Amino acid sequence: MTPDPIQDMVPEPYRVRARRPDRGEAVTLTLEPAGGGAAPPFRPGQFTMIYAPGVGEIPVSISGRARHGGYLQTVRDVGAVSHALCRAGRGDVVGVRGPFGTSWDLAAAEGMDVIVAAGGLGLAPLRPVIRGLLAARARYRRIAVLVGARDPGGLIYPREPARWARHCDVRLTVDRPDRTWSGHTGLVTTLLDTVGLAPERTYAYVCGPEVMMRATAGELLRRGVPAGRIALSLERNMKCGIGRCGHCQLGPLFTCLDGPVLSYAEVAALLEVSEL
Amino acid sequence: MSPAVVLDSLGPLIGALRASGHTVVGPVARDGVIRLTELVPGPDDGPTAGRADEQAPGSYRLRDDGRGLVFGHAAGPDSIKRWTHPPRSELFRMRGGVVERTPVEAPKVALLGVRACDLAALAVQDRVFLGGRHPDEAYRARREALFLVAVNCAVPGGTCFCASLGTGPRVTSGHDVVLTELTGPHRFLAEPGGERGAALLAGLPSRPATAADLEAAREVSERAARRMGRRVDPDGVKERLAARRDSPVWDEIGSRCLTCANCTMVCPTCFCVTVEDGTGLADGTAVRTERWDSCFALEFTELGGAPVRSSGGARYRQWLSHKFSTWADQFGTLGCVGCGRCVTWCPAGIDLTEELERLR
Ligand SMILES: Cc1cc2nc3c(=O)[nH]c(=O)nc-3n(C[C@H](O)[C@H](O)[C@H](O)COP(=O)(O)OP(=O)(O)OC[C@H]3O[C@@H](n4cnc5c(N)ncnc54)[C@H](O)[C@@H]3O)c2cc1C
Ligand code: SF4
Ligand code: SF4
Ligand code: FES
Repeated sequence: MTPDPIQDMVPEPYRVRARRPDRGEAVTLTLEPAGGGAAPPFRPGQFTMIYAPGVGEIPVSISGRARHGGYLQTVRDVGAVSHALCRAGRGDVVGVRGPFGTSWDLAAAEGMDVIVAAGGLGLAPLRPVIRGLLAARARYRRIAVLVGARDPGGLIYPREPARWARHCDVRLTVDRPDRTWSGHTGLVTTLLDTVGLAPERTYAYVCGPEVMMRATAGELLRRGVPAGRIALSLERNMKCGIGRCGHCQLGPLFTCLDGPVLSYAEVAALLEVSEL
Repeated sequence: MSPAVVLDSLGPLIGALRASGHTVVGPVARDGVIRLTELVPGPDDGPTAGRADEQAPGSYRLRDDGRGLVFGHAAGPDSIKRWTHPPRSELFRMRGGVVERTPVEAPKVALLGVRACDLAALAVQDRVFLGGRHPDEAYRARREALFLVAVNCAVPGGTCFCASLGTGPRVTSGHDVVLTELTGPHRFLAEPGGERGAALLAGLPSRPATAADLEAAREVSERAARRMGRRVDPDGVKERLAARRDSPVWDEIGSRCLTCANCTMVCPTCFCVTVEDGTGLADGTAVRTERWDSCFALEFTELGGAPVRSSGGARYRQWLSHKFSTWADQFGTLGCVGCGRCVTWCPAGIDLTEELERLR
């Protein structure tokens, strides 16, 4: 039997069709199979392993499907591999494996109030959630999209909030405002009381740095949202995405296979143990 | 009639394995250690005879056994893992936008003298590499190229505890042939584990085993089971460790652990890997290689500029809890087979059987 090339450790070549500098030292790439055709189907919240030839490979969430069937993926320049990917130009070839991992369950929130809470780059994996919710707007009650960033320059996808705001409640906040900022200041959690939440019928999608997710989940719990209706996307060191490198373990979980999207009910006890 | 036969020496067995295209690997004393090493035709062909080992936490010594036994020692630092899941393997090369998968090397290797614990570890590896959502075809190819000549342990090491985990010392499955070394006179009882083994044995000079030979072999295993240096009670260990994540014992162990990763390197079931990337200077070909990694390495959990598990205690907790608790959640079996290697090869002499008792 020949191994399924998508599923093992050998990537498929993908061509950079477009490269768009984003805010927050991020770049949004449009990647499509170099051999032609559409990239495989993905569910919101899934990620791929993107390989910068000779440099390394990192997990990156899929932020959407591009017009010609490729993936939109937003990479922030933080280290060797992300730097190489951010510098990739139109026509360059990178390697892609995946998509991998669990996804956000959009059906689970039908008939409910919905909170989408993103911190920084956490908006990247939540973008397909927002688009999915708005594409089936009638199936949900109130929808509140809360986006936080360290500073105004860290708010990625700057043009989209205005579009979303036509169909739902969108609030932005920054920790550290600058002279251009006239909006809300403070952590995302400070926005929770501004959106008229009905805890008993609320479903929340939360993604950002772990401290932000724990704080947000804690505040939601305190207001009465059950832990099983708070979905998070965890970040761990990942070298394979397929459960064989061992790096992403969190207690019994392989974050790459059992996650990255998990309910707070499944992970709250694990996240409380320091250095687990 | 029992298919068991008696061999007077291992020479013809080794010869037959070579004739069927196998590289034969067996226990050879080298640099004061019994290593699994390729046996080379010539004056020194065959496994080393007459060496016994003394194993204790953080200590391994070879001495003359005074009896000339070939398998008068317990498991050394090497295990089957070295062949099924090699320390390094190239994954692919990429040049000019083309990805070229590196062909899997799966040479025909006959391993001579593997133990019951090693076969148990192979069964654990099978679950890890083949039993999940992403079967590893390279592992499958390498594993299928192995011919396994096992041996029933006669002299377990001071750090062994397979008997308490039910993984040894007697070989019961997963082998092609199993040998039991008998004395008075020196001979080997050889029993096939399947058709391949039976076919091999049928071609060797031998005589049928008698009831006395079989009885002598049974006694060897019974005596070995009684002479285990250590024990672990597997009952409830999974739940217990999951409930001990906040125990102060972890930090205390962390104060002794050097985080050297020896335990994970010698463990026959540890499977963690990382990847290395390089670029050929001449033509710019990018090469990606996979190699063994360890949960004791600081970079293992590197995330956003800092490791998740920075303390030695947290790393030891991850390792021991994986072996005896979360491995069972993930793969439906413990990750430890009781070979004792990690106890022997720990430079700090950390003994997991003792630590498990302290974590009760
Ligand atoms: C499931 C999953 C989805 C992800 N999705 C995305 C995504 O959509 N877009 C994206 O840009 N990233 C995403 N990441 C994070 C991304 O994988 C890391 O940023 C990347 O691995 C860094 O690799 P590097 O080689 O560039 O940096 P490294 O060389 O590994 O790190 C160099 C330095 O960069 C800094 N650094 C590394 N990682 C981070 C981090 N996460 N945050 C802040 N500083 C860091 C540290 O100072 C570090 O020392 C995701 C991670 C996971 C697990
Ligand atoms: S944990 Fe130690 S005793 Fe158990 S299988 Fe691994 S090396 Fe052997
Ligand atoms: S337990 Fe022993 S062998 Fe393992 S990392 Fe610590 S010091 Fe090294
Ligand atoms: S990323 Fe390798 S096991 Fe999860």
